[in-house]
Amino acid sequence: MSDVAERVKKIVVEHLSVEEDKVTENASFIDDLGADSLDTVELVMAFEEEFGIEIPDDAAETIQTFGDAVKFIDGAS
Amino acid sequence: MRRVVVTGLGLLTPLGCGVEESWKKLVSGTSAGGAITHFDASALATTYACQIPYGDGTNGTFRPEDWVEGKDLRKMDKFILYGIAAAEMAVKDSGWAPTEEEDLQRTGVMIGSGIGGIETIAETALTLRDRGPRRVSPFFIPSALINLASGQVSIRHGFKGPNHSVVTACATGAHAIGDAARLIMLDDADVMIAGGAESAINEIGIAGFNACKALSTKYADSPESASRPWDKDRDGFVMGEGAGIVVLEELEHAKARGATIYAEVTGYGMSGDAYHLTAPSEDGDGGFRAMQAALKRAGLNAGDIDYVNAHGTSTMADTIELGAVTRLMGPAAEKLTMSSTKSSIGHLLGAAGAVEAVFCILAMRDQVAPPTINLDNPAVETVIDLAAKQARERKIDHVMSNSFGFGGTNAALVLSRF
Repeated sequence: MSDVAERVKKIVVEHLSVEEDKVTENASFIDDLGADSLDTVELVMAFEEEFGIEIPDDAAETIQTFGDAVKFIDGAS
Repeated sequence: MRRVVVTGLGLLTPLGCGVEESWKKLVSGTSAGGAITHFDASALATTYACQIPYGDGTNGTFRPEDWVEGKDLRKMDKFILYGIAAAEMAVKDSGWAPTEEEDLQRTGVMIGSGIGGIETIAETALTLRDRGPRRVSPFFIPSALINLASGQVSIRHGFKGPNHSVVTACATGAHAIGDAARLIMLDDADVMIAGGAESAINEIGIAGFNACKALSTKYADSPESASRPWDKDRDGFVMGEGAGIVVLEELEHAKARGATIYAEVTGYGMSGDAYHLTAPSEDGDGGFRAMQAALKRAGLNAGDIDYVNAHGTSTMADTIELGAVTRLMGPAAEKLTMSSTKSSIGHLLGAAGAVEAVFCILAMRDQVAPPTINLDNPAVETVIDLAAKQARERKIDHVMSNSFGFGGTNAALVLSRF
C-alpha cells in the first residue's frame, strides 16, 4: 500500500472508529463505515490538514470511498 | 390536572459520578473544592473550582468513554456529555425502556443549560481567527447548541415526544423540571426526561464570571472552604460542573408499570425581578413571589415545608434569600431546616436546580437534610436551622428547592413524599 493510502487509512480508522481491515478500496464511508454526512465533511478536512491540500466542495462530493480519497489525493499532491 | 411523579434519578456532580456516590459524600459533609486542573488557570483571579472527578470510572470517578463512544466525544461539548451521562443513569433507574412507537412518542426530553457550549465556541473562534473559516468543524454548531443535550438524549433512546430546552441561567434546572412536569400535566407527554447540564470550568467561563465579580477569589490556599453560604467570610460563588436529570412520569402511568416512585412534583412557581442584570432586589421580592406561587400550586402552607434547598450561592444574595424565606415561613420558620448544598459542590449554574431537586428527593427518601458546610460564623442571625456543618436527621415530607438566575429569573419547586 502506498504511503498516501496508509495515511488516509489511519485518518479514516481514527475518525470513524472502524477496524483497519474494513477500510478497503471500495469501502463507502457512509454505506460501509458508518459515517454520516457531517463525518464526511470532517474527514475531508482531515485529509486537507494531513496532506496540505485544498479539496474544493464539488470535488469533496465525489469522494465517497476510501479508494476515491486515495485517488484524489494522489492526483492533488 | 394530571399528577406527576419522579421515577428516575441521575447525577454527575463534582462529588462523584452517580446518585448514591454524590449523595453519600454530600451528607457526610465533603467539599469538592480544589485547584483547577482542566486547564492552566494561573492567569485568572480564581484558580479553584468544584470539578467532576475524572478517572477510570471506578469509585465514583467519571470516564467519558463509559457513556459516549470515543468517536462521538469530539462531536459534543462537555455539557452535552454530562447531560447524556446523567440521563442514562436516570432512564436506567426508572426502568422505562419503551419500544412501542406510541410509548416513544409519549416520552419527551427537556434538558437545559445556562451557558451551553461556551468552551467549544471559544476554541472555534480562535480556529476561525488563526486558521480561517475552512477549518471550522462541521460539529461546531451541534456541539455548542444548548438544546442538543435534549437532542442527543432523544436520539440515543428514541424518545419522540416533546423535545425542548430551557435557558434561564442559574434557574435552568428548576425551570426544566417544572416546565416538563407541566407538559405531562397538560397531557403533551406521559414521561419526560428533564434537568440541566453545565460545563463552564474553562478559561472563558471563569474569566467571564470573574469579570462580573461573582466568583470567590480569596481561597486559593484552601479551596475546600471557599464555598461558604451565609458565612461572614464568603466572597463569591465557586464554579461547579455536571448534570442532574430526573425522569418525570404521569402518576397512573408510573403505577401501571409498577415503577418506583420517589416523590411527587406538587408545586412550581416562577417570577421575574425586573430589577438588575445580576443582582436580586434587596427585599428578595422576586424569590419570595416564586416561592409563594409554588406553595399555592402545591396547595400547601408555608409551615408544611420541612426543608428548603436554598439557592445560597455563597454571595451577598444569600442574606436576601434568607430574608425572603423567613418572611414566607412566618412563625413556622423555627421548625424549618434550610441548607445550601452549593457549599459542597459549588454552583453548577444551569444544572444546579436539577441536581438540587435530586438532593431534595433523596433528603425525603432518607429523612435527612444535607449540611451547609463551611458555615463557621453566620453573617446573620436567624431562627431557621441552616444545618451548619452537619446533616440533620429529621422528618421531611415536603421540600422546596429555590433557583434564581441572572436577569432576575426565579423558580421554586415543591416536591412531596409519595
